[in-house]
Amino acid sequence: MKKILLGNEAIVKGALSAGVDFVSGYPGCPSAEIGQGFLDISKESKIYTEWSTNEKVALETAIGASFSGLKSLVNMKSFGINVCSDSLLPLAYTGTKAPMVIVVADDPACHSSAQSEQDSRGYAHLAQIPLLEPSTPQECYDLTILAFQISEKFNTPVLLRPTTRVAHQRAVVEFQDYVKKDEMKKGEFIKNPHQFSTMPPRTLEMKKELLDKIEKIKQFAEKSKANYISGGKSKLGIIASGVSYLYALEALEEMNLNIPVLKLGFFYPLPEKKVKDFIKGLKTVLVAEEIDGYIEREVVRLAKYTNPKLQIFGKNVLSTIGELNADKLGLALAKITGKKFKVNKIKEINLPKRTARLCEGCPYWYIFPALKRIAPDAIFGGDIGCNMIAGLPPHSMHDYLFSMGASLGISHGVKKSTNQKVISLMGDGTFFHAGIPALINAVYNKSNPLVVIADNRITAMTGHQQNPGMGKTGTNEVTEELKIEEIAKACGVKNIKVLDPINAKEFEDTVREFLGKEEVSLIVCRRICALLAKRQSNN
Amino acid sequence: MENKTFNVILSGVGGQGIVTLLSILDQAAFIDGYDIKSSELHGLSQRGGSIEAHVRFGKKVNSPLIQIGKVDLIIGLELTEGLRSAEKSSNQTKILINDYYFPFNDSLKLEMVKGYLDKISSNISIIPASKICKEKLEKDVVAGTYLLGYAVSKGLIPIKKESFIQAIKEVIPAKYQELNIKAFQLA
Repeated sequence: MKKILLGNEAIVKGALSAGVDFVSGYPGCPSAEIGQGFLDISKESKIYTEWSTNEKVALETAIGASFSGLKSLVNMKSFGINVCSDSLLPLAYTGTKAPMVIVVADDPACHSSAQSEQDSRGYAHLAQIPLLEPSTPQECYDLTILAFQISEKFNTPVLLRPTTRVAHQRAVVEFQDYVKKDEMKKGEFIKNPHQFSTMPPRTLEMKKELLDKIEKIKQFAEKSKANYISGGKSKLGIIASGVSYLYALEALEEMNLNIPVLKLGFFYPLPEKKVKDFIKGLKTVLVAEEIDGYIEREVVRLAKYTNPKLQIFGKNVLSTIGELNADKLGLALAKITGKKFKVNKIKEINLPKRTARLCEGCPYWYIFPALKRIAPDAIFGGDIGCNMIAGLPPHSMHDYLFSMGASLGISHGVKKSTNQKVISLMGDGTFFHAGIPALINAVYNKSNPLVVIADNRITAMTGHQQNPGMGKTGTNEVTEELKIEEIAKACGVKNIKVLDPINAKEFEDTVREFLGKEEVSLIVCRRICALLAKRQSNN
Repeated sequence: MENKTFNVILSGVGGQGIVTLLSILDQAAFIDGYDIKSSELHGLSQRGGSIEAHVRFGKKVNSPLIQIGKVDLIIGLELTEGLRSAEKSSNQTKILINDYYFPFNDSLKLEMVKGYLDKISSNISIIPASKICKEKLEKDVVAGTYLLGYAVSKGLIPIKKESFIQAIKEVIPAKYQELNIKAFQLA
């Protein structure tokens, strides 16, 4: 079957073809359409799918499935791998039982990411887990299937790392329609603590097994079709990964250059022999990869033995910051070859930037200005989600912004270190994701920041995914509705108020009162997301 | 169409339906037998921020992004955002912009935006698509589909008209198909 698919849709199709049984994840951009894609078909596909409370829990959920014999897929954005890394590293040691693929979508240029321009490929080295990089939706499909195969063959989790321009690229994909299951698969957990428990001295034995396994996977990578050479013969060559490969092809076509390009689908373990054979006959090589120069460093290392005179270009001609494109590749090639490459000039007007803004009718319009008015001197901790817009004009309120739930941990530190008033603002999704341990810490250590939870009844920013506060699962099944105020109470918070922020006087009076308290206080500003309300009334 | 890849930039403000418009264009090009690649953005950038999506079709398309000065057609759903994309135009680029102004903090005044648009290219048509759709169809959300129809009727996109109608039927949910087909054929 041939159809236009978004990269993320192609990952879903690939996993379906591979016979996935179990999907968990946490929504983020640019990966959210993967989990959503499975949720949309979970009734007919009979594939268990959930949004988990955070990426660590999502990974652990899939580990449980794998140990019970179910094929699993975990989906998350770049920062998700930071959250789940605590369980990711031991997973490399235990290995999987049934195959598992972990999709981590990076966002070069931070189109939809605040906290850092992270190159998650580093985790492949850190955790010693194979990592594949697709360039196109077709490769999203093919490499997802390959990832499951590798996982099955070697009992290792496999990372698949698309970037925004791959996950959100549309192109024609040739794929097989999947075979529907008759019923949701149930596995069996067969006890095997020797494999599943990391406990010294077994841990070091496991490390040895892991290193042996990686050697075998390296041999597999050497023969894999995921790494291939295109183009003609020349003393100049390119080694490219991910979407950079496409930019390289574009630039070469324009410059009328027919030179060999080694496309690496395998990032880790690197097919070293393949790379050595490629660079052996070259005088010059350009390594084209986005963000960090991981592959370049490997090429430098390998060239020392294979071709010490090889001239290696990479991050000295292609920036470590932001995305690449065909113009940047063309300019790099022009620098190396002395050939001309014309980059058209932008007709610069210096238009002011139109940043994200709160939607019409957004409940946060009643929260941000009120807080600013009542407590102009307060230190203001911002958090991730739609409430992040508090950091942009016209609000410009953030004094710090880090990661999911971090506003509260930092606010506690500021509060303990100063005599200043501190307000921490986070959304409902973020509170469930990572806010609760920080709240417990603030109460336990006798701090007193004011926590304002902007509860718009959904995880809105990434495209309206369900969360534990809604009383609905990802597949819209009715479930326990977890109340933020009850969790806060159980965490020992004494001063709690639930209100509708549209009641300005009540909100303002409460903020004033709570800012004077000796203990942690928490206000739940509960009002439904305006887009969600509109959608519900349309249905 | 010769061997060259045809490049379209669609721009506007998050929420104006750029991704839907892109899907129609992608599908129509696919129906006409072209290779396609397109690039879009979701998430933070969609919450009322600037949106620019790229669509490329031809015999064989490599990159999903269009280089500066290589765009054949720009369809802007909002004046400032149309102008922002026009910064990347060449003298050959055809530019269609919806006569709809959606200001933001620090935004340029309408007269200034129009002034820049006059200067930046001689190939710009400013079309009251939102107004026409509101008057004739009572919905301005289909302004983009109208502009697509306008571009096709003026021969600015090398894709058959019937392929667009077919694409709308394949891409748009049933209850909005008729509205979109009407908007497409209005121009």
